[in-house]
Amino acid sequence: MENSVVVRDLVKRFGTFTAVDRVTFETLPGEVFGFLGPNGSGKSTTIRILCGLLHPTSGHAEVAGFDVVRSPEQIRRRIGYMSQKFSLYNDLKVIENLRFYGGLYNVTGNQLKERIDWALNMAGLTGRSESITGTLSGGWKQRLALGCAVLHRPPIIFLDEPTSGVDPVSRRRFWELIQELSAEGVTVFVTTHYMDEAEYCNRLALIFHGRLIALGTPSQLKLNSVNGDLLTIEAAPLGRALELVKAATGVRDAAVFGNALHIVVGDADQAMPTMQAAMEAGGIRVRRIARIRPSLEDAFVALTGDARNGSGAPAHDVHPEQP
Amino acid sequence: MNLNRVLAIQRKEVVQIRRDPRSLAIVFLMPVMLMVLMGYGISLDQKNVPVCVFDREGSQQSQDLLKHFQASQYFRIAMLNTDYRSLTAAIDSGHCSLGVVIPNDFSEQLRKGGTVDVQGIVDATDDNTANLIFGYAESVVAGYSADVQIHYFQSQGLTEIRAPISIDSRTWFNEDLDSSDFIVPGVVVLVMVVVGTFLTSLTMAREWERGTMEQLISTPVTPLEVTIGKLVPYFVLGLLDTAFCAVIAAWWFGVPFRGSVWLMLLATSLFLAVVLLLGYWISAATKSQLAASQISLVTSFLPAFLLSGFVFPIDQMPIVIRAITLLFPARYYLSLVKVIFLKGAGLGPLLPQLLALTIFAAILATLALRSFKKSL
Repeated sequence: MENSVVVRDLVKRFGTFTAVDRVTFETLPGEVFGFLGPNGSGKSTTIRILCGLLHPTSGHAEVAGFDVVRSPEQIRRRIGYMSQKFSLYNDLKVIENLRFYGGLYNVTGNQLKERIDWALNMAGLTGRSESITGTLSGGWKQRLALGCAVLHRPPIIFLDEPTSGVDPVSRRRFWELIQELSAEGVTVFVTTHYMDEAEYCNRLALIFHGRLIALGTPSQLKLNSVNGDLLTIEAAPLGRALELVKAATGVRDAAVFGNALHIVVGDADQAMPTMQAAMEAGGIRVRRIARIRPSLEDAFVALTGDARNGSGAPAHDVHPEQP
Repeated sequence: MNLNRVLAIQRKEVVQIRRDPRSLAIVFLMPVMLMVLMGYGISLDQKNVPVCVFDREGSQQSQDLLKHFQASQYFRIAMLNTDYRSLTAAIDSGHCSLGVVIPNDFSEQLRKGGTVDVQGIVDATDDNTANLIFGYAESVVAGYSADVQIHYFQSQGLTEIRAPISIDSRTWFNEDLDSSDFIVPGVVVLVMVVVGTFLTSLTMAREWERGTMEQLISTPVTPLEVTIGKLVPYFVLGLLDTAFCAVIAAWWFGVPFRGSVWLMLLATSLFLAVVLLLGYWISAATKSQLAASQISLVTSFLPAFLLSGFVFPIDQMPIVIRAITLLFPARYYLSLVKVIFLKGAGLGPLLPQLLALTIFAAILATLALRSFKKSL
C-alpha cells in the first residue's frame, strides 16, 4: 500500500526507559490519523521511528509498504515530515527554503515552479517569498514548513505537534490544510496534545506512558471509554463538592472540568436526585446537575485513569470497527 | 549521487555564508590580518641590533673596531658609554642587545703583536637571538682581527699573506636571508587551516543544534551528497583565499614565487580536501558548535602553528616531537608551499608530500562519511 502505515509490537527503549511499549496499529488510506497523548508519552519517538530517524528496539513497522529498518531511503522518498521544532532555515528567504527542499526531493523545472506557487498560496505567503524566514510569525512558519514537506507530493505525511505554539486562528487554518491533503488521498499521521484538534482526526490512538491505550474514531472513544453515565455538576464551593462526591457511593470517577465537576455513575437517572440531595445536605449550593455526552477529554481522563490503575489489559475495547 | 540535491545544498550553504558576518570576516578579513601580523610581527632577522660600547681606551684602533661594527648591516652603535654601570643599565633596560667593552690596553697589546680580549655582553633572554648576535659579533671581530694581522705582517716587512682556505658562501632560494620570505608563505597554511577546518567545523554542528538536521535527514539526501554539497563552497573559498594570500605575499612582501601555479593549485587542493574533511568530521561527530570549534583549534590550528615548521624548525625538534609532526598534514603542505614559492622545484621532489596529503584526505573522507548517519 502506497499510503499505509503498519505497526506491530513496536518497542523503543532508551537505556532502561521504555519510550514506546509494544505499540500496534494500522492506518487507513487517506485518513487523518491522530496520535494523542501528553508530552513525553512516546508520540515523537514513534513518529521518528516511522520516518527512519530512530531505530526501533524491537517490533515491526512498515511505511508505504517498506520496512523502516531495512529500506528507510525508500520510505523517505515517499513521505513528508514536519518535526516538532521548527526546522527550516531561519536565515534563508521563504523562496530559498522552498527551492532547497524542492532540490532535495528532486522536484525540478516547471513542476518545482508550480509546487512553489502552490505552497506559497497555501501558506498565505504569496508576495512574501523574499522575506527572511526568521522574521515570519509562528503560523506562517508552520504553513511554510508544511509546504516544504509536501513539495514532492508524498502519499504519507508525518506531522509532529505541528500547531504547538501557534495562535488559534492559524491552528484552525492549518487543520483545514490537513483536511484538504487528506481529501486528495494523502494519509496524514499527526501527533497532538490538544483535545480540540484531536476531534478533527478520522481516527485517534491514545498514547500514555509509551503504550497505546485506545484506538478508534473520536466518537467511538467518547462513547466507549466512559464506564457508565457522565454527569456534570455546577456547584459552589467546587473543592468541597469534589470531596463529597468522591466519598459518595456509586460514583466511579470524579474530576474537575473548568468550573464544574464531571462524575461517572452507573445510572444517571438514579444518581442525579441522590447527588443533589447529598450536596445540599452538605451545605453546597448546586446550580446545575445534568447528564452530558462525554467529551474527548473525559474519554482521555477515563482511559488514562484505567492505565494508571495498571489493570494492564485494555479496559475498554474500542478497537476498530472500520469507520 | 543526485546532482540536483548536491546543487541545492551548495546553493543553500553559499546563501548562509553570505548572510553570516562571522563567516565573511573569517573568509575575507582573517587572511589579511594574519598576513600583516605574521609578515611584520614575526621577524627572525637580526638587523641593526643596538650596541652599547664602553671604550676604555678611546684610541685610533679601538675606533677602527667600532667602525667595523657600525659598517655591518647587523649592528648600529646606539650608545657610547663612559662607565661600566651605564652599559649594564642599557642592557637591563633593553636599549641595547649587545654590550662591547674594549680594554684600556687594546692598541698597546696589538702593537706588541700580542692577543687581546674584547668583552661582549649579550642579552640572552631570547637564546636564539642571542646566538645569532654572538655569531654576527664574532664575524665582525674576526674581520677586524684579520685586518690587524695583515697590517702587523706588513709592518714587519713581510709581503701580503693570504689565508690558505676560505669559505665563499652563497645563499640560495632566499638570497637576502630575509625571514619574511619563509614566514609569509607559511601564513597561507594558517589561513587554509582556519578557513578549512574552523569554518567547516561549524556547518554540521550548527544544523544539529538548530534542529534543521532532523528535517534534512528525513529527506532522501545521502551522506555523500551532504558532504560534497557542504564542502564545495568552502573549497572554492579556500582556493580564493590562497590566491589572495599568494598575491599579498608576492606583491606586498616581495616574496619570490618561483614555482608552478599548477603545482601550487594541486598541493592546495589536496591540503584543502584534508582540512575541510577534518572540520566536517569533527562537526558531524561532536554535533556541538562549541566542542567542534575547540577541537578544531587544538587539532589543526595549533599544530599548524607549532608543529609544522612554521615557527620552529622541525629539524631542531626533539626526536619524539619530530615524529609527532608527521601526524599533522600542515607540515607537508608547509614544506610544499615553501618549496614551490622559494625553490620553484618541479613535481618530482614534491611527490612524497603530495602522497602524504592524499593519504590523509582518503582517511579523513572515510571517517567523515562514516560519522554522519541519517538517524538521530
